[in-house]
Amino acid sequence: MAASPDAAATQNLREVTEMVASRKLYSAGFITDIEADKVPPGLSEDVIRLISAKKDEPEWLLNFRLKAYRRWLTMTEPEWANVDYEKVDYQSISYYSQPKSMKDGPKSLDEVDPKLLETYKKLGIPLREQEMLAGVQNVAVDVVFDSVSVGTTFKKKLLEAGVVFCPLSEAVKTHPELVRKYLGSVVPFADNFFAALNTAVFTEGSFVYIPKGTRCPMELSTYFRINERNTGQFERTLIIADEGSHVSYLEGCTAPQRDENQLHAAVVELVALDDAEIKYSTVQNWYPGDEEGRGGIYNFVTKRGDCRGPRSKISWTQVETGSAITWKYPSCILRGDDSVGEFYSVALTNHRQQADTGTKMIHIGKRTKSTIVSKGIAAGRGQQSYRGLVRMLESAEGARNHTQCDSLLIGDRCGAHTFPYTEVRNPSATLEHEATTSKISEDQMFYCRARGIGEEEAVSMIVNGFCKDVFKELPMEFAVEAQKLLAVSLEGAVG
Amino acid sequence: MLLEITNLHARVDEKEILKGLNLSIRPGEVHAIMGPNGAGKSTLSNVIAGREGYEVTDGSIRFLGRDLLALDPEVRACEGIFLGFQYPVEIPGVSNMTLLKAAVNARRKHSGENEIAPNDFLTWVREQAKKVRIDPKMLSRGVNEGFSGGEKKRNEILQMLVLQPTLMILDETDSGLDIDALKIVSDGINALRGPARSTVLVTHYQRLLDYVQPDFVHVLARGRIVRSGGPELARELEEKGYGWLEAA
Repeated sequence: MAASPDAAATQNLREVTEMVASRKLYSAGFITDIEADKVPPGLSEDVIRLISAKKDEPEWLLNFRLKAYRRWLTMTEPEWANVDYEKVDYQSISYYSQPKSMKDGPKSLDEVDPKLLETYKKLGIPLREQEMLAGVQNVAVDVVFDSVSVGTTFKKKLLEAGVVFCPLSEAVKTHPELVRKYLGSVVPFADNFFAALNTAVFTEGSFVYIPKGTRCPMELSTYFRINERNTGQFERTLIIADEGSHVSYLEGCTAPQRDENQLHAAVVELVALDDAEIKYSTVQNWYPGDEEGRGGIYNFVTKRGDCRGPRSKISWTQVETGSAITWKYPSCILRGDDSVGEFYSVALTNHRQQADTGTKMIHIGKRTKSTIVSKGIAAGRGQQSYRGLVRMLESAEGARNHTQCDSLLIGDRCGAHTFPYTEVRNPSATLEHEATTSKISEDQMFYCRARGIGEEEAVSMIVNGFCKDVFKELPMEFAVEAQKLLAVSLEGAVG
Repeated sequence: MLLEITNLHARVDEKEILKGLNLSIRPGEVHAIMGPNGAGKSTLSNVIAGREGYEVTDGSIRFLGRDLLALDPEVRACEGIFLGFQYPVEIPGVSNMTLLKAAVNARRKHSGENEIAPNDFLTWVREQAKKVRIDPKMLSRGVNEGFSGGEKKRNEILQMLVLQPTLMILDETDSGLDIDALKIVSDGINALRGPARSTVLVTHYQRLLDYVQPDFVHVLARGRIVRSGGPELARELEEKGYGWLEAA
């Protein structure tokens, strides 16, 4: 561990500088050469039955999928977001892909294809427990590769604490009552076009259950990676924090460079019961496409947390630097009295990236409180939209919201837009909204340069300063990664 | 010669501000540049530091024998030039410590040295901060964020103490300071005086020169140095104003 925050900051700045100096391109963009077992492209009830059968699912789950699929067929893709992209041909995507060597399912990490492990090594994920223990991190990781989970670390230690952390497909078998009770209870199967699609075809994701009064002994983490060509990734995450429990969950993403657009349509559901707390952090660096906007991930994600019990708390922190198109609004339903919802976001769009992201805070319970801090950065020809809804229902006596929404523009070909929506039906509720749009000023740049700091490093430093209020919400290891990512994503934004 | 400015012509927004300025500074010397508003004092500071928008149309500046005008501002800084700003900017969220460390390491990298060890650095910065009465807590605050006018100026001097430049250019560093702050700032400047280090004090008033004794005083008017002399010239200016020189 670094000696002081300042020491960590220097270390960090140094790494950032080196990266900027080496101008390295999207560093996660390598493709693993593994034979994959892939369902032919196209979507139909047969494909869904096949996915369900491959995962050996119970009847109720298959029916849940089919119900969603039939509804999805009647729905149309949303067009209200401030993004412009070529529509996805849903019949050209393969909805299931797994590396061939895993057909029979690995029994332990030792049985995992070494090439897969090599991939994760390249990504810098210490997958094996030995490696984890040797390192400084105390993080349990579930790794998802295309459509399957390849291993969950630290299972034993978690089990001792009574924490369940496993692939969702495994939880369907081991904890069917919990999955059945909560799956789709926060994001209903017909919630929106992409959520319905996900419900029909979701293939992997993580399941977390924290028992009553338990503080999860370590950070939990999932790492997603799309590898196979022409596949989509439809993971589904379900986290349940029982009464008085606490968990911090990290999600990292990466996808190799490809010319075509790949679809990622995930659903994340969080349930916090009485006095429980869930902290959910994301660092998203899916392939953003090239400088001209060719390729890149379509990131169409539904994330929602339900503060079901009184005094519960759900906190979303996201750092979004990747994807060609982002459509994402992690939300909180503040049902329990005195429950708290938080949304801290940094979203960066460079080159031709477009992001329409924000949050929804639905205040139902009394004295519920929400905080929104959104930092949008647009560079190159990037387009950045904040879209946020704060709704206070009649029952939300004494509810409070504070929204801080800042945009930073780098250059003059990018755009930042803010779409705040508020609905207040209780007169005792209070709402504060602050918004700013600024540019990195020439004065700031010259000030840094007159101290010997080069242009790219200066931009990176100023942007990091702009994002500080969000970064400080991230767990330490993630904060460092997030700052690095930002620097890499900003390459070519100046000069 | 540490700094040699020859026949310098510079313009800002098509308007010629400097019109054939000459100035030579030897190592160890302190030069005061005085003059009326709009004479080109700040333009001179900015041209030496390399600010964009200041176009040099003729003449040259040599720093330790090198052609300074060919270098980017950050390279000039790494070579040992420091500009103390008249209006230091705020950089929200970037701590003073972060900026200082980035600046020091940029310089070390430039001269092929390894980065500074974080702990040594912190101790070193704290020592310097004490000299200009900057509370260690302020080091972790954003650069000039919410600082008073006096604090901003003292922060400039702190940066200078930490960076140990070869040429210090202080652009109206004394403006807006009360007498106590002026004394602190002057002590900071004096602490750096030495045989290898030179100073340019750009100022409107004689006041600062009571605390930092200059070797030479120059009057800048209408884009050129119209008179040079010793410290007595500053006192003469204080009595008579600039009018008699501008008319000349």
